[in-house]
Amino acid sequence: MQPTNVANPSYFHKVVDCQWACPAHTPVPEYIRLIGQGRYSDAYMVNWVSNVFPGILGRTCDRPCEPACRRARVEQSNGEHPEPVAICRLKRVAADMKGDVSKRLPRLAPRNGKRIACIGAGPASLTVARDLAPLGYEVTVFDGEVKAGGFIRTQIPRFRLPESVIDEETGYILDLGVVFKSGQRIESMRALMAQGFDAVFVGCGAPRGRDLELPGRHEAAQNIHIGIDWLASVSFGHITSIGKRVIVLGGGNTAMDCCRSARRLGGTEVKVIVRSGFDEMKASPWEKEDARHEGIPIINFHAPKSFEHSHGQLTGMTFEVVKAVYDAQGQRSLVPTGEPDVLVECDAVLIAVGQENAFPWIERESGIEFDKWSLPKLDKDTFQSTVPNVFFGGDSAFGPKNIITAVAHGHEAAVSMDLFLHGEDIRQRPDPTTNLLSAKMGIHEWSYDNDTSNDHRFKVPWAKAEMALANIRVEVELGFDAATAFKEASRCLNCDVQTVFTAPACIECDACVDICPMDCISFTLNADEPDLRTRLKAPALNQTQDLYVSGALKTGRVMVKDEDVCLHCGLCAERCPTGAWDMQKFLLEPALAGASCRDRKKDSQLPGVVA
Amino acid sequence: MTYLAKPRLHHPSLTVNKVGYTRRDYEGKISTLCAGCGHDSISAAIIQACWELDIEPHRVAKLSGIGCSSKTPDYFLGASHGFNTVHGRMPSVLTGANLANRELLYLGISGDGDSASIGLGQFAHAMRRGVRMVYIVEDNGVYGLTKGQFSATADRGSKSKKGAINSDSPVDLIGMALQLGATYVARGFSGDKAQLVPLIKGAIGHGGAAFIDVISPCIAFNNHAGSTKCYDYVREHNEAVNRIDVITPRSEITTDYAPGDVMDVLQHDGRMLRLRKLHDGYDPTNRLAAMNHVQTHQAHGEVVTGLLYVDTDASDLHEALNTSTAPLNTLGRQELCPGARELAKLNAALHCGG
Ligand SMILES: Cc1cc2nc3c(=O)[nH]c(=O)nc-3n(C[C@H](O)[C@H](O)[C@H](O)COP(=O)(O)OP(=O)(O)OC[C@H]3O[C@@H](n4cnc5c(N)ncnc54)[C@H](O)[C@@H]3O)c2cc1C
Ligand SMILES: Cc1ncc(C[n+]2csc(CCOP(=O)(O)OP(=O)(O)O)c2C)c(N)n1
Ligand code: SF4
Ligand code: SF4
Ligand code: SF4
Ligand SMILES: [Mg+2]
Repeated sequence: MQPTNVANPSYFHKVVDCQWACPAHTPVPEYIRLIGQGRYSDAYMVNWVSNVFPGILGRTCDRPCEPACRRARVEQSNGEHPEPVAICRLKRVAADMKGDVSKRLPRLAPRNGKRIACIGAGPASLTVARDLAPLGYEVTVFDGEVKAGGFIRTQIPRFRLPESVIDEETGYILDLGVVFKSGQRIESMRALMAQGFDAVFVGCGAPRGRDLELPGRHEAAQNIHIGIDWLASVSFGHITSIGKRVIVLGGGNTAMDCCRSARRLGGTEVKVIVRSGFDEMKASPWEKEDARHEGIPIINFHAPKSFEHSHGQLTGMTFEVVKAVYDAQGQRSLVPTGEPDVLVECDAVLIAVGQENAFPWIERESGIEFDKWSLPKLDKDTFQSTVPNVFFGGDSAFGPKNIITAVAHGHEAAVSMDLFLHGEDIRQRPDPTTNLLSAKMGIHEWSYDNDTSNDHRFKVPWAKAEMALANIRVEVELGFDAATAFKEASRCLNCDVQTVFTAPACIECDACVDICPMDCISFTLNADEPDLRTRLKAPALNQTQDLYVSGALKTGRVMVKDEDVCLHCGLCAERCPTGAWDMQKFLLEPALAGASCRDRKKDSQLPGVVA
Repeated sequence: MTYLAKPRLHHPSLTVNKVGYTRRDYEGKISTLCAGCGHDSISAAIIQACWELDIEPHRVAKLSGIGCSSKTPDYFLGASHGFNTVHGRMPSVLTGANLANRELLYLGISGDGDSASIGLGQFAHAMRRGVRMVYIVEDNGVYGLTKGQFSATADRGSKSKKGAINSDSPVDLIGMALQLGATYVARGFSGDKAQLVPLIKGAIGHGGAAFIDVISPCIAFNNHAGSTKCYDYVREHNEAVNRIDVITPRSEITTDYAPGDVMDVLQHDGRMLRLRKLHDGYDPTNRLAAMNHVQTHQAHGEVVTGLLYVDTDASDLHEALNTSTAPLNTLGRQELCPGARELAKLNAALHCGG
């Protein structure tokens, strides 16, 4: 193999598994260390810069970082059930325990004369607003709802996310001189474009819940609800009760929120019924666990067939029992088992079988083109539509995803809009800021705690079930206390403190090979990658993790380090007599909109601005 | 050295051997030696060898003298028996232990100071008596623990860290072991585990006195230009006579080498060592030829390594003395005090002679 080019920022970035997996590339270990030191406000701000909604995300994030977290890999076949660091819940600790951060929020630059419209006040639009308003843009956010937050406000139930947290974090953004036009639904894109905004960001989400057109749907309509509409009504207090026996159809996050909400509004016998198998359900494992914890059974492999009713009243639903069969290509299909159909009696049904994008207010003559799935035609890096000054992001861009993806889209779109309005090429994406600094403080002292914790993941305490189920506004999870947060933070392996190898200094004494607890390091003859992977001290079977290969050493061999299960304990560097290994803290911050992303053009040189 | 305990976590693919242990289970405490010391690599090689041979740690006794090298038994086989003797006295304490219980595996760990200076007499007698043991000298040419004075194995003309030239002749432990009757004599290098681990495994399976001189650079005091025990010098002058390719139970041996290139040696423990010859005409069963070869090459400044000599008919001290086959601590009253009639027989036998 060729020697690894560690000057390429992606190399070390990829080693920080959580940050690599986070759509917004939040520097996770950086804030986890701060939490460990009790520096909650600092930890909050590290988050706020990257992901904009630390308190919200610390409770609700889809957490793609956790399945990626190295901690779960290194706990494999080391005793108990392997678990990632509770990254998401540590984020919440930062938000819960921080002090007043208002003084740390960005100062506003003088207005630059450019006006931007954001449609929708969900996380995507609010991220655009946060990134652009401090730069001097006049940002106007329109939403049909009264309060900002989008689905965060209207869909996510209060027992998962208290309203005060939404108020606080949307407030930080609206206070940056953003004009919020609440209760103003945009009904015509052309009319909006005619108002002379320099650029428009569409962050209107994917607002339409899918329906199920089955026999009996119309006759029993009164007791059948579309999940997301029902959740919004619950959120606004328009709906406060539901029948005793409730069926929730669907296996995603919406279904989980529907069933748990129903449980709190009088549903004593709530069931989730899905077509697919339990393991293929879209809901996250922890959501399924939360539902089951509240006594909600999940019945799988039942395909809905019809709504049963009498005298306009819903009485139940009939299901066909199916099973999964796989063809030669491994494609799954659900086929009837031939067992008799199943009738499940109920008083209400919540349909949570998916969401759709809908843009009835965007006229086709506006020049904005849509593809065959009715999604806007976009450049996937710049989020630019077929009209150059109109950008999309969040669920409206590529279909329903999650909050952190909406935030990531918002950042990228903001960069594009800023470049665009400075007359620069938006295809030229700015590089992230990176920094690599030795963590060495003394012979065996490092600027991080390199003593690996042996603790297993700590569980977040829950409110008592009776209390939680009695009131839909009682938050179920209580969050870590400071002592537990410290211990959980200590489980983080500091994957950003990189093992950096300097080949000319190595005398091939084997000290690092012998001390490495995870058998990551080998000295061997070079070969191509597949061969090399089998010839190391421990086989490098995880192909998604890179090999770090040095140039030729004195004996003609090379150093090969398998990054897969490195603990970042620094013992190789402590044992190296020559300093050929060093532990160096790597910090990567994705570029955010602003001067550092642009060529050096002053605002006064903006096209169309008279200085 | 390192202050932290080595993390308990291990590679997910780590496997257990036939007696149910992973390689990590054969480790000891975290080493307090200097970073990069060759001795730590030897500890790692011992750990690897014991794991590969499915040795039960509680069936091992590790004994040592004084020195950095003699500290190392604390850093491997944490679940084995250990004894840290006074300087240079490991061989006699080990001999005593071995006589009391022949069922354990005896690892004698020593340094060049411990064995070639203060303990030279002890070393010699353990070898000539054929005490069944693995005697490893971690040879760095200096007294590392006392800050780097030349030891008795330092070559004449080699330079100390401060620039002094050694004017004394070296004690040649390999030559002495061969001459005094050691039945397994090898030399390895701490920086070459591919060679060292099989040498240690071969020594463990041997039925008599097995001696391995392992060149083990002292990173703090003897790893500079002008030293003949530094990493660079040993790498440049290493002349291996052979490589042990496989060590397997005899039944599993298959021949896939041209005859003449390899040599199979049946060991006391029933395993077979397959030696691949690297040096034309070198016969490791010919003691005189081995002595000759080592001396000739040494005279040219070369470091001869590999399995230098092995006696396939080795016997040990217990056979010579016709001692009890059972460990002394398992002998009961019946064996120790066989009764008046046996005593009378014995006395009668003595009277006849008188
Ligand atoms: C029940 C449910 C639970 C969820 N739980 C989670 C979770 O726990 N974690 C997670 O990460 N994600 C969750 N999601 C997904 C997440 O809410 C969305 O992915 C995310 O909010 C999308 O953000 P957005 O900015 O694209 O749009 P949205 O949040 O959907 O906001 C769009 C806003 O635009 C407004 N709008 C729409 N059209 C117009 C118009 N023409 N004029 C003016 N305003 C308009 C809407 O009123 C809305 O306020 C959940 C979704 C649902 C349905
Ligand atoms: C009876 C006695 N004399 C002298 C010493 C001082 N002393 C301690 S270690 C040592 C030499 C050790 O050298 P070596 O065996 O080569 O070990 P190394 O440290 O080089 O591995 C000496 C002379 C001692 N501890 N006891
Ligand atoms: S151990 Fe810490 S730094 Fe490493 S992936 Fe997990 S959270 Fe991120
Ligand atoms: S410890 Fe240092 S000098 Fe020794 S082999 Fe490892 S990197 Fe090279
Ligand atoms: S002084 Fe020399 S022999 Fe002793 S630990 Fe240090 S490097 Fe090893
Ligand atoms: Mg020595």
